[in-house]
Amino acid sequence: MKYDVILAGVGGQGVLSVAAVIALGAMRDGLLVRQSEVHGMAQRGGAVQAHLRLSDCTIVSDLIGKACAEMILSMEPIESLRYLEYLKADGIVISCSDPVKNIPNYPELEDIYARIRALPSSRLVAGGQLAQTAGSARATNMVVVGAASTRLPVKEQSLLEAIEHLFSAKGEKIVEINRKAFALGRDSTA
Amino acid sequence: MPELVLLGDEALAMGAIDAGISAAYAYPGTPSSEIMEYLQGAAPRYGDFVAEWCSNEKTAYEAAVGVSLVGRRVLVSMKHVGLNVAADPFINSALLAIHGGLVLAVADDPGMHSSQNEQDSRFYADFARIVCLEPRNQQEAYRMTLEAFELSERFHIPVMLRLTTRIAHSRAVVQTGERRAQNPLSKSEAKAGWMLLPATARKLWAELLEMQGQFLEYAESSPYNTLEVNEAFSDFGVITAGLGWNYYMENVEELPVRPSHLHISVYPLPVQKIRRLAGRVKRIVVIEEGFSFVERTLLGILAPQLPISGREDGALPRTGELTPDNVRGILGLGAKKGVESAGADIPGRPPQLCAGCPHRDSYDALNLAVRGFEHKLVTSDIGCYTLGYLPPHQAIETCLCMGASVGMAKGAAQAGFHPAVAVIGDSTFLHSGITPLVDAVASGADMTLLILDNSTTAMTGGQRTILSSSRLEKLVLGLGVDPEHVKLIVPLKKHTEENAAIMRREMEYEGVSVIIALRDCIQTLKQKRKKEAGR
Repeated sequence: MKYDVILAGVGGQGVLSVAAVIALGAMRDGLLVRQSEVHGMAQRGGAVQAHLRLSDCTIVSDLIGKACAEMILSMEPIESLRYLEYLKADGIVISCSDPVKNIPNYPELEDIYARIRALPSSRLVAGGQLAQTAGSARATNMVVVGAASTRLPVKEQSLLEAIEHLFSAKGEKIVEINRKAFALGRDSTA
Repeated sequence: MPELVLLGDEALAMGAIDAGISAAYAYPGTPSSEIMEYLQGAAPRYGDFVAEWCSNEKTAYEAAVGVSLVGRRVLVSMKHVGLNVAADPFINSALLAIHGGLVLAVADDPGMHSSQNEQDSRFYADFARIVCLEPRNQQEAYRMTLEAFELSERFHIPVMLRLTTRIAHSRAVVQTGERRAQNPLSKSEAKAGWMLLPATARKLWAELLEMQGQFLEYAESSPYNTLEVNEAFSDFGVITAGLGWNYYMENVEELPVRPSHLHISVYPLPVQKIRRLAGRVKRIVVIEEGFSFVERTLLGILAPQLPISGREDGALPRTGELTPDNVRGILGLGAKKGVESAGADIPGRPPQLCAGCPHRDSYDALNLAVRGFEHKLVTSDIGCYTLGYLPPHQAIETCLCMGASVGMAKGAAQAGFHPAVAVIGDSTFLHSGITPLVDAVASGADMTLLILDNSTTAMTGGQRTILSSSRLEKLVLGLGVDPEHVKLIVPLKKHTEENAAIMRREMEYEGVSVIIALRDCIQTLKQKRKKEAGR
C-alpha cells in the first residue's frame, strides 16, 4: 500500500502541523512515512507545500511524482488547484474554503469554488467557521485533517492520539479545541 | 535501537552527538539551520558539548579547527554559499594534521529555494582534495556522520558531509545507536602540522597528495558505492549520485529491463567501479543532484570512449532540482500527467514581508527619502528584507552576497554616484558588513548605511544574533563613524515622515552616515509574548 498526499497552503497557515499529525498517526498504525517540508524564504506568506508519503513498504523518494497523489489537502482554495498535476485521475481534492487574499490579483472566489467542484472528486470545508465553533480559528488546520480523515489510510483514534501528542505541551484546553476541530471536520464529510 | 523521527539535518546532528562531539559551530542558512537548532535543543539534555551560532561561517570553521587541534571532535555546519565565506580556513585545513575528528556539514540548495545560487559543494571537496560523503536518506545521514568522524581521525583530514535541500528538510524514522565517548583533551603533537608557512605547507601539501591513493581505496571499497551489473543488458548503464538514486529508483520498476547501475555516495570518485560499468555498456546515463560533477569528470575534454548523457547534453534539466518526473525522459519513460482544471492560470503567491514587519515601515520611509533625487542607488543584502525588491516596496536594487551592500555602495560612491545607500540587516551586518564599513570610513566615502535591526536572524527562523541590539550602535561608533551621523530611528508607521527626513538629511551629508532602524521582528516578538504568557 502506498498513499501519497500533497499538502498545500500559505506560509503561516499551519501546513506543517497538518503534515505532522497525519505522519504521526500513520506511524502509530505501523506505516512508514516520509514528509518533505518547505523552510526558509518561501514560508513568509508565500505558497507552501509539503509532500507526505505513507506506505507499508520502503519509500525511496522524498518527493511525490506527477499523477501519483491520492489526495491534495489544502488550507486555501486557490492553493488546492496549484498542484493538480500531482493528482491521480481518481484522486481527491479536499480544501478549506476560506481564502487568503494577500495578493492583488486574487481571482473571483465563486469561480474558484466552481473549478474545485468540477473536479472528479472534491470536498470544500468551512474550516474557519468550524474551528470557531470548536473554540479557536487557529484550529482550522485540524478541521482540515478531520475532513481528510475518512479517506486517509490511518485510524481515527491514531490521528486523535497524534493531535494530543502534538498539542499537549500547549495545555489541555488547546488539545480539546483541536480534537473538537478534528471531529467537526470529520462530521462535515458525513 | 531507539527510533526517532528526524529531518535529514536533525539525523546528521544526532549522528554528531553519537559520534562524541565536544563542540559544534554554525551560522544559520537554509537548508542547514536545523542542524544547529537540533544540537542546541539537545545540548542541555547531555550537558557535555558546546553548540553555538557564530558571527559567520569563517569564524565557525576556525573555532572548529581549534577544537580539533586539542584533540576533540567537532561539527561545523553551514549552507553551500556559507562555505564560500569559510573557504579560506576550509581549503587550508585540508593540509593540517587534523587531530580530533573535524566534520563539515554543508547543505546545498539546488533549485535555489532560499539561496542566491545553486553551487555544488562536491567541487569544494574535490578542490581541497578531501573525502566527501553524500547521504541519500535520513538513516544514512545519521550513519555517515559517524563514519565521517572515524575517517577524519583515520586520515587526519576534515571530512565533508554534503546534504541537499530535499533530504535536509524531509522527515523519516531514524534508528540510532550507542553514543561514543568524547575524546580526552590532548593537544596535537604534530607541531609542523598546524603551521602553514611556505616551507611547512609545501611538505604538508605533498603529504596530502600522497594520501590520495588511500582516499581512493576507501571510496572504491565503500559499500555506499554500489555497482550492480546486469550481464544481459548493455544498451546503457546508469550512474546515480546523491538524491539522483531516489528518483531513479522511484521509476526503475517501469523499465522493461534493469540496466547495470553504479551509485556513488562516497568521493573521490571510485575510478575502478566506473571503469567496470563503462566496460559493459554502450552508453552511460548520469543522474546526479546538483551540478554535473560526475558527468563532467567522465566527459573530460578529449572525446570520451562512450556517449555520456546527463545535465551537460540537456537530457536532464541543466538547472534546478531533480524530481521523480524530470529524470523519466533520460530513462526513455514518458511524462506523467495529473488532473487538469480548465480556466485561467492560478496566480502566483510569492513570499512577502509579514504584516506588522518593521522592514515595511523602514522601506516606506526610505522610498519617501529618496524621492526627488534624480538618480539613486540602493544596494542591499541577504535576509527577509531582500523581499523589499518586490512590490509593493521595490525599494532595493541589489543582492549579491552577505555584506556586499556596504562595499558596493562605497564603490559606487567613490565612482562618483550620489546618493549611494546600502540596506543591511543586523545579523548580516555582524556576519560580513563590519569590514566594508571600516573601508568606507577609512576612505571617507559619501554613502549612507541603513541597518535594519530587528534583533534576530529572521529569515532562517529567528536565531539569536551574535551581538545584542544595545551594542550595535557602540560598535558602529567604535569603527570611527562620526557620532553626529549615527542615527537611531524606530520604524513605525507613525514615524514614517520623520524617519524619511532623517534619512534624507544623512544622504545629503557628505561622508559616511549610519542609520539604525531598531524594532523587533514581528515573528520573534509574537514568540516572545507567547513564552511570557505561558510563564
